[in-house]
Amino acid sequence: MKIPVCRLADLPRGEAFRLDIDPPVSVFHTDDGEIFAIDDTCTHQDASLADGWLEGCEVECPLHASKFDLRTGAVDAPPAKLPVRTHEVVVEDGVIHVRVSTDAPNLPPCLAARLTGGSA
Amino acid sequence: MRTVAVVGASLAGLSAARSLRKQGYDGRLVVIGDEPHRPYDRPPLSKEFLAGTLDEAALALEADDEELGAEWLLGTRATGLDRGRRAVRLAEGRKVGVDGLVIATGASARRLPGAEGLGGVHVLRTLDDARALRDELARGGRLVVIGGGFIGAEVASTAHALGLDVTVVEAAQTPLAGPLGAAMGGIVSALHRDHGVRLLCGVGVKGLRGGERSRRGVRGSVDAVLLEDGRSIPADIVVVGVGARPCVEWLEGSGVELDNGVKCGADGRTSLAGVVAVGDCANWYDPRAGAHRRVEHWTGARERPDAAVATLLAGGAVEPGVPRPPYFWSDQYGVKIQFAGHAAGADSVAVEEGAVDDRNVLAVYRRAGEPVAVLGMNQPRLFTRWRKRLAATTS
Repeated sequence: MKIPVCRLADLPRGEAFRLDIDPPVSVFHTDDGEIFAIDDTCTHQDASLADGWLEGCEVECPLHASKFDLRTGAVDAPPAKLPVRTHEVVVEDGVIHVRVSTDAPNLPPCLAARLTGGSA
Repeated sequence: MRTVAVVGASLAGLSAARSLRKQGYDGRLVVIGDEPHRPYDRPPLSKEFLAGTLDEAALALEADDEELGAEWLLGTRATGLDRGRRAVRLAEGRKVGVDGLVIATGASARRLPGAEGLGGVHVLRTLDDARALRDELARGGRLVVIGGGFIGAEVASTAHALGLDVTVVEAAQTPLAGPLGAAMGGIVSALHRDHGVRLLCGVGVKGLRGGERSRRGVRGSVDAVLLEDGRSIPADIVVVGVGARPCVEWLEGSGVELDNGVKCGADGRTSLAGVVAVGDCANWYDPRAGAHRRVEHWTGARERPDAAVATLLAGGAVEPGVPRPPYFWSDQYGVKIQFAGHAAGADSVAVEEGAVDDRNVLAVYRRAGEPVAVLGMNQPRLFTRWRKRLAATTS
């Protein structure tokens, strides 16, 4: 499924956009002009990676400083242990779209429990 | 280098072992830890783990498929460094010969004199400490926390949520005035009273009452905390959160210069060639502050090993970069507290976003008009922007 995100012109380099789908996806425009989409929720605890520290092709979680590689979703620094999903980005007619991955997301324990009906 | 030992198997030690492999060191790697556990994450010990919402498996810092090719000597205490033979001495008389050494022995919780063996009295530093405290909190009762710093405040918050009756005793007039300054320390510590936790400030602790020995010589449990002003606060459980001291006794006489921990340059080097130090035991020179600073933050233990290992592998020939401003976080009563920079150098602090009464605050500390530190309460987005800005502008 290809979802429109925002106009490329509205997402300056160094900024991120949070797409409020479930689970949310964040789209990053790096300082080098590349665009990446990953799951927005840190796999360690409930935090929005769109609020994080973007540096090169890496984003650092705004709470506990886990780092994720935007290209692969891999964990570059703890405390997170599981990768975030990455999503394909397509820019058409000046509009950024993401094609959301069909893999299962790695949600943090507090959110995963809520989704399965357990206590948060 | 054919053998590198990392002494200390917590976040700083694990990060150093990872940095060694990432930076291409392919020789023998020995990781020595005095606790019996694989590396685990300490911040949740006063929060989710203590509350029972996070289990021990979730504390593991290593990924399931991680393979560092290291020899792990866990449950093994380093007792000395033999400078001449370049060997780490271990308990039970063993030795590990090394070409390079990373010191990451951390810090240990300060205790109250006279409380040894007294039931119901806890410190919180290790997984074993947290297990014992968690089991005791589960029984409920009256908790007195000695020390209104971050560990004490987090324990108070967690215990309050578990339904205990909680009192926090702080010797200073304002808790957290050291790390946050008096104004913001007062605002953050007001969270206790917001939630009905008693906060007694400006009064020291004279001692603990209880613990009479049985006929078999076993000490009983604490029943009150005695204050300097004559008051006594009834207590079933006492948590002593009065700071930590660096674990460096094992290095005395080794030639590694000690001064509030291991004295280090801005790149982690010590006074001995081939020896670097990281984490809570390391007193690094901070070029921003123009002074040595022993930082006990999680982020320092995670970030500094990269630089220290580069120094070790290059024989001290690398130019150290300017580190990011120190950053730490705390979670209390559902409020996310974040701080970066040095409050001590500030001459003003101003709330730039949110409102103090809502416990939703972004406050910027300045010195001669230049931002030197930032505090957030439930402001992760703005806080991170300021933290990034601080790293780019302060020098």
